[in-house]
Amino acid sequence: MDSPGAHIKDDSIDATHGCILYIEGLTVSFDGFKALNNLNLYIDDGELRCIIGPNGAGKTTMMDVITGKTRPDHGTVFFGQSHDLTKMTEYEISHMGIGRKFQKPTVFLNHTVFENLELALHAKKGVWQSLTRSLVGEQRDTIEEGLETIGLKEQKNLRSALLSHGQKQWLEIGMLLVQNPRLLLIDEPVAGMTHQETERTAELLKSLAGKHSVVVVEHEMDFIRSIANRVTVLHEGHVLADGKMEEVQNDPKVIEVYLGS
Amino acid sequence: MIKKIATLHSFKGWILTFILLGIALVLLPLLNLLVPEESVLHVPDYIFSLLGKYLCYALVALAVDLIWGYTGILSLGHGVFFSMGGYAMGMYLMRSIGKEGVYKSDLPDFMVFLDWKELPWYWYGFDYFAFTLLVILILPGLFAFTFGYFAFRSRIKGVYFAIITQAMTYALMLLFFRNNTGFGGNNGLTDFKRILGYSLHEPSTKVGLYIITIIVLFLSYLLSRYVVRSKLGRILTAIRDAESRVMFSGYNTLHYKLFVWTLSAFLCGIAGALYVPQVGIINPSEMQPSNSIEMAIWVAVGGRGTLSGALIGAGLVNGAKSWFTVAAPDYWLYFLGTLFIVLTLFFPKGLVGFFSRFSSKDKMREPS
Repeated sequence: MDSPGAHIKDDSIDATHGCILYIEGLTVSFDGFKALNNLNLYIDDGELRCIIGPNGAGKTTMMDVITGKTRPDHGTVFFGQSHDLTKMTEYEISHMGIGRKFQKPTVFLNHTVFENLELALHAKKGVWQSLTRSLVGEQRDTIEEGLETIGLKEQKNLRSALLSHGQKQWLEIGMLLVQNPRLLLIDEPVAGMTHQETERTAELLKSLAGKHSVVVVEHEMDFIRSIANRVTVLHEGHVLADGKMEEVQNDPKVIEVYLGS
Repeated sequence: MIKKIATLHSFKGWILTFILLGIALVLLPLLNLLVPEESVLHVPDYIFSLLGKYLCYALVALAVDLIWGYTGILSLGHGVFFSMGGYAMGMYLMRSIGKEGVYKSDLPDFMVFLDWKELPWYWYGFDYFAFTLLVILILPGLFAFTFGYFAFRSRIKGVYFAIITQAMTYALMLLFFRNNTGFGGNNGLTDFKRILGYSLHEPSTKVGLYIITIIVLFLSYLLSRYVVRSKLGRILTAIRDAESRVMFSGYNTLHYKLFVWTLSAFLCGIAGALYVPQVGIINPSEMQPSNSIEMAIWVAVGGRGTLSGALIGAGLVNGAKSWFTVAAPDYWLYFLGTLFIVLTLFFPKGLVGFFSRFSSKDKMREPS
């Protein structure tokens, strides 16, 4: 069997043990309230994982810690085997190959769809390079490919403020894709979407798994059922249950805190 | 290189730019020299110093627009950078007076008046224009870089940043007001005689300074235009609109903010240096909090995030100010305040933003 992730060029991330992300003993507290409480979580290379949990379960805080926005009180987050994310800044983590989609769609509203992807594109991101370099053919191709994947080819010269809510969500996912990340963190991708948009999003995310590891935080149960192999339930800052959707759904502990209500 | 510069404007844009340059650089001086003084078309000498002053303000507006209009960081302390350039130039001009001051001493008059016996060390070097030029080009940027590094690294932004820049300009104003600081106290530096050997009272020197100011403004405009149209420019507006997304896209926003903040201070310092010989005085009132606020208003009037807006705003507000301070001096500040409120409420994109709504090009990108 091929070693997982062998197709990905960046070999500085060591995922030879099959895991891309190791979260161990993670604790974060805000004024005494423990948003994360000794959380342990492992994400396999190339898998699509859904994370659910009631409000305040610590889902977004976990994303914040992985992307460097929040520093934990205890615990470690390793990307591959050798990179401790808790010691790195947001932009360094992004450079390592972790892309994040926010809960509220966050795109550059005054830029066109094309420009949004241009800014996100995997490239040297220093001040001098940005001042002097312009796009080369290969980079244009990557952007066009991205436009194709998210289905916004027609809108490429439209100011992104004019996109519908669903289109903005896709654009943001597209911005993550052109960064060529190993791991995608996606926070509530279908919130506020129509039924059709939700279906398209499910297709999109399923097509990404394998090439990338994808972690999706979501509330919408039907959506999770349609995409997930494996579901992790968070509750009060730690993992309550973990497994296939059916198993998790029938777990009495889960029913009590979340699904039953 | 030339090809790259040529793409900074559309053909129409370049035509307009060169028409404006032609009027300012050729037509006005010709009307001054060739047309007899009795004629209506004659351009009097004083116009050049006045226009030169406006052009310096336009350069300041350009600088403020880069940091505020494009990057979304409101500075209410640009008067400091302006004054730094201004004081550096003023010190050179003071030293150029030689022994022709009131007290016929080698020291500047105010030092004689304070009974100082020798030149303070920080005045050394200002006998030389080259040294002065170096200070003008380096000091405001260096100061801004240091200040910005600590402010941006601590992620101070929005209204907090505006307030600390306001505090900075106020603190420096108080410092410069003191006689002991050695910059002429509240009178500042004045009574200049000559620059590089040319008498400042000669009309030809005034026209010369005016022409240099135009050229500097034009080059600064091209530089700014290049910056805002590069990918870096798009990153700056992206920082303004969604900074966290920029960080999570792999950019160290600290470096970008520092770059544009320093560039802005650099341009502002040059503006101050060109301002002083044309106006004939620099004093701490340039660092009054209200002066820096006024600079932001120029940009707001013209239109944040458009370079032409900044230039137009500086021209219009200062034109109005010149008229008001003669016609109804007591009401100027009321007028300015009202203008700012009305603009923010009804024309948030300034005059340029308001009028560009009617141009066909923007309809492609805006909803109709």
